[in-house]
Amino acid sequence: MTQVPVAEGIFTFGSDAPQLIGSRCNACGIVTFPAQDSCPRCASTDMSEHLLSRRGRLWAWTTQHFPPPSPPYSGPSGKAFVPFGVGYVELADVKVETRLTESDPDRLEIGMEMELVLVPFRTDDDGNEVVTFAFRPVREDRS
Amino acid sequence: MMDVAIVGVGLHPFGRFPEMTAIDMGAVAIRRALADAGVEWRDIQFAFAGSYEVDNPDAVVALLGLTGIPFTDVYNGCATAASALTLAANTIRLGESELGIAVGMDKHLPGAFSADPRLYACPSWYGELGQFVTTKFFGMKINKYMHDHGISHETLARVAAKNYRNGASNPNAFRRKPLSEEEILGSPMLNYPLTQYMFCSPDEGAAAVVLCRAENAHRYTDKPIYLRATAVRTRRLGAFEVHSPWLPVDQTPGPTVDASRAAYEMAGIGPEDVDVIQLQDTDAGAEVIHLAENGFCADGDQEHLVASGALEINGSLPVNTDGGLIANGEPIGASGLRQVHEVVLQLRGQAGERQVPGTPLVGYTQLYGAPGTAGVSIMSV
Repeated sequence: MTQVPVAEGIFTFGSDAPQLIGSRCNACGIVTFPAQDSCPRCASTDMSEHLLSRRGRLWAWTTQHFPPPSPPYSGPSGKAFVPFGVGYVELADVKVETRLTESDPDRLEIGMEMELVLVPFRTDDDGNEVVTFAFRPVREDRS
Repeated sequence: MMDVAIVGVGLHPFGRFPEMTAIDMGAVAIRRALADAGVEWRDIQFAFAGSYEVDNPDAVVALLGLTGIPFTDVYNGCATAASALTLAANTIRLGESELGIAVGMDKHLPGAFSADPRLYACPSWYGELGQFVTTKFFGMKINKYMHDHGISHETLARVAAKNYRNGASNPNAFRRKPLSEEEILGSPMLNYPLTQYMFCSPDEGAAAVVLCRAENAHRYTDKPIYLRATAVRTRRLGAFEVHSPWLPVDQTPGPTVDASRAAYEMAGIGPEDVDVIQLQDTDAGAEVIHLAENGFCADGDQEHLVASGALEINGSLPVNTDGGLIANGEPIGASGLRQVHEVVLQLRGQAGERQVPGTPLVGYTQLYGAPGTAGVSIMSV
């Protein structure tokens, strides 16, 4: 099955070590995700692409136990819906909101180390597997 | 600056009314507010109307009389009603008008609100992935707050149970059945740690407030309530806000804190002076957080305040005496004026079985919602 990203330009695609694609303001230094053309702090339009670090710490989290309203949600719904975790991961210079690979409240803890991965999201009309970014607890690797 | 008084309030009950349009409910609320003030529609010199679902709530004039007044429609997220109230108060402060009205009306479908994320300056994929969900934000915010400040799940259930209990004694409320803490904790999990019965629901209703120059208030009522401050604020960079695909590392206080501080300064009143409080309880956790964000306690104090009954009608900090959003639901355009309606009844001593004991002198209302907008008002006798 061919894999396609959920959107162009939000993460690097095709390597074993994907990275989120943000932007950095050349005037004030703030980092955004996703990339944007103007700075939300100083209003400069001098922005550069900035790849984000792949590891960070869980800053806040919750779980999504019901299928979000669709549209805009395009993932599995009805009986195919599987609850998922969502949170903010604090990276070196920005916090990003993200799906989490873990949705069990007993296995999520603020401050835990998290790592970026790409995960299947849905199958599109052409039979491609749409993948998106998510963060997984690093300690999963050791178990 | 010219002082402003509230001389009439009116409400169409909140809930589900298949036979009524939002405009119909708006007209009912306006007629009740006019009757409360002892004035006629033709006496009203200007109006502001708030609604999410109705593009032109000023169409209510078709039911009341086409008098040609300036009538401006307002939409400002969950702070819509606070914005209508602020604009109405400011219009009186300009000195050109004597008597005006702020009205809010809405009629939502059941279920979580939804929209095109691009209309909120969010990317399409954010919605496609299922992250453009307001309830998820509230789950994250209180979950982090509980971790940082030692708030328990039981406290969330106690807050929700209090609001259902208060709603049971409010004939205008949507949900009038008391629910136990066990039922609330045991209802389906929606966004951890928030269960179904910890959330308010979108519904239907309308509320209206008649305002005048304070110096003339006694022409209309022997119990004027003075609008001492209204403030609306939006998020600053760094605030932890709904619909944010990212946040900067450095955190700043949210718009509720900014609006609250501005309102206290404008009123020359502090949180210690407030006798009755209406807070945005989109969910039980939001009430807990907003208690601190509006200056009524330190972060973490809610745990013992809630357990000790301080937030009850007869407590030291009565919060959401009419059942709040949890018992009334949230018709967005009307919700904040429902809060003002309740505070006015409380300060007049007309709140019936849910009357705060003693003689409350100062009341406070707060709204908060997407995309990071807050409104606060302070009233006194």
